[in-house]
Amino acid sequence: MLNPISVAFIKAKQENRPALLTYTVAGDSSKKQSLNILKSISKNADILEVGVPHNTPVADGSQIQTSAYRAIKNGIKVNDIFKIVKDFKKFHKNKPIILMGYYNMIFQYGENKFLNKCNLSGVNGLIVVDLPWPENKNFAKKCKKKSIYFIQLLSPTTTTKRLKKIIKDSHPMSYFISMLSTTGGKLKVSPKEIIKNYNKIKKINPKKKVVIGFGITEKTIGKLKSADGLVVGSAICKEISRSLKHRQNPVTNVSKLVKKLKSKIL
Amino acid sequence: MKLKKGIPVIDQGNKLGFWGGKFGGNFVPETLKKPIEDLEVLFNKLKKDKKFIQERDRYFKNWIGVPTRFIKLENLTRHVGGAQIWSKVVSDANGGAHKVYNATVHCLLAKRSGKKVIIGDTGAGYAGKMLSMAAKKFGLKCKIFMGAKDIARQQPNVKAMKKNGAEVVPVYSGSQTLVDAVSECMRFWVANCDTTAMCIGSTVGPAVFVRICGWSTSQISRELKVQLIDEFGSIPKKLKLYNCVGGGSSSFGFWNEFMDYDKRQCEFIGVEAGGPAKSKKHAAPLTYGSKIGILHGAAQYVNQNSDGQIEETESISAGLDYPGISPLHCFLKDTKRARYTAASDEQALNAYKLVTKFEKLRPSLEPSHAFAVAIAESKKLSKDTIVIVNSCGDAYKDRGILEKRLGKKYVKSN
Ligand SMILES: Cc1ncc(COP(=O)(O)O)c(C=O)c1O
Repeated sequence: MLNPISVAFIKAKQENRPALLTYTVAGDSSKKQSLNILKSISKNADILEVGVPHNTPVADGSQIQTSAYRAIKNGIKVNDIFKIVKDFKKFHKNKPIILMGYYNMIFQYGENKFLNKCNLSGVNGLIVVDLPWPENKNFAKKCKKKSIYFIQLLSPTTTTKRLKKIIKDSHPMSYFISMLSTTGGKLKVSPKEIIKNYNKIKKINPKKKVVIGFGITEKTIGKLKSADGLVVGSAICKEISRSLKHRQNPVTNVSKLVKKLKSKIL
Repeated sequence: MKLKKGIPVIDQGNKLGFWGGKFGGNFVPETLKKPIEDLEVLFNKLKKDKKFIQERDRYFKNWIGVPTRFIKLENLTRHVGGAQIWSKVVSDANGGAHKVYNATVHCLLAKRSGKKVIIGDTGAGYAGKMLSMAAKKFGLKCKIFMGAKDIARQQPNVKAMKKNGAEVVPVYSGSQTLVDAVSECMRFWVANCDTTAMCIGSTVGPAVFVRICGWSTSQISRELKVQLIDEFGSIPKKLKLYNCVGGGSSSFGFWNEFMDYDKRQCEFIGVEAGGPAKSKKHAAPLTYGSKIGILHGAAQYVNQNSDGQIEETESISAGLDYPGISPLHCFLKDTKRARYTAASDEQALNAYKLVTKFEKLRPSLEPSHAFAVAIAESKKLSKDTIVIVNSCGDAYKDRGILEKRLGKKYVKSN
């Protein structure tokens, strides 16, 4: 069976648009609410990235940090995250889910046990922010055996030589970080420049899917439409924070935002 | 796991930067792979370059003022009535602590790589103060990340940083201490690594930072070796080197040159921060058997919960208040070359009282932890045992805390 992540890319391609990927933090601001957010945005999002909150994140900007600290404060544990994924999959079996987090959480859980749990709960892919290539070779192989995509990250600082090696080892989806930034930074490079770098990566192996993330908002998403997929994270986390602050319902507000994002790439 | 002889410990890591096959490494975001590799290439080249070594030594001598004193604490020795207690007064160094060696080397490297800005983390404020000093000296712009709690408790050093023209960025996340400052500093580097050099203030972080820092602070033991031979004619038969351990840079530098000696001749004792006697929280991952985890890009023993969240620490000393520990020390612990123990806040304060009562020496709260253990153990040791404590920082920065905990008479006005 084809990994639902690949199916999502095929579907989006048929509709002549990039896949829309969302990032929300598991347990933000509660287990139940984060599950409800996933359910409601899944109407418009093609792939759901679910953040595994960590309290010492070295690559996240303030928006995602706020979400992560909020989730941890409310008591989220790794097992709760698997439960959220499992409950979501009961509701929407074929919607792909990617867990995104830091390696220590996997290391403490045990790589094999973690991957088994991924299979049992229905996780389709993993992004591990601080497990770069070649350090991730072994783990990526283990993922492959479990039919889970290990998603390589690529950055503007990645040299061409290194890009080629990473793409050679990569699974069908990779993630291109648009600019030098933590998550949630202001887009400091023009969309044109980003697409130019993206095309350079695509040329290495056009069959492999590459999504672009970091700094994408309502305002910029339309200009990056030619990519295979686009990830929006901080803008969503920010909307959750804003809703909570104004005592509004994050579920409806985030849904509206994702719907709007989708309309910009149609 | 084995420690090799004849090879510097900083160079005993494997290809991926792991000591003993499992400590250290480079658990970093992809964006940092290139700048880290560039720094590795530069450092590996320069540390073999005679001209660079000469340049380093010139700054160490003329600007830092090496060698720092090696003195006998006669009164304290008499009072304790056991081993001879000596001190390597590293706080003599320009700025008042060992952090100046690493800061100077990082600025030299930054200059060579053409960077105009240098950033760093700090806990006690010494790493930040020294980096701001060195940056000023070498004409670099400087930005220091510091936890808000530490900014409040280490004001003298904050003032010094600002006076040197550095921007001090308060960090409000997490426990608002060193661990959060390092995270924020790394995050800033992720976003600015094309124009900015990063200095990590201890032997922690991705492997190359561990190596650069250990290489820099090794100046301490290079000097001490000469001083021991001057004083005793040879390396004493019973030598014990006590040092506080936060990230582990002063202790590693204090021990490095003696690594190949048998530990029965030359024993290393690392003293971690046990925290308040009444609190369960501590900053002593080696003493209390914390599990291996990943923190700030390196695998190490680290205080964490079963899920892998890093745990909050507690210590009276901002410089030791860190949940992790250098991969070098994890390696020295597991190869049994060094022994690690902890002193509580109260024990450190008592040691401070005792040292300042008997000697003209004012160790900051960090080395006071080492003094606590050294004094306690010296009582039971023979008179021909040479105990040396690295007094790696001056207490001026701690005057607020000392006054509050011990009263005004323990604080001098300078
Ligand atoms: C005076 C002093 N000693 C010790 C330390 C602990 O660090 P390390 O273990 O790297 O020497 C610090 C850190 O700030 C310090 O300022």
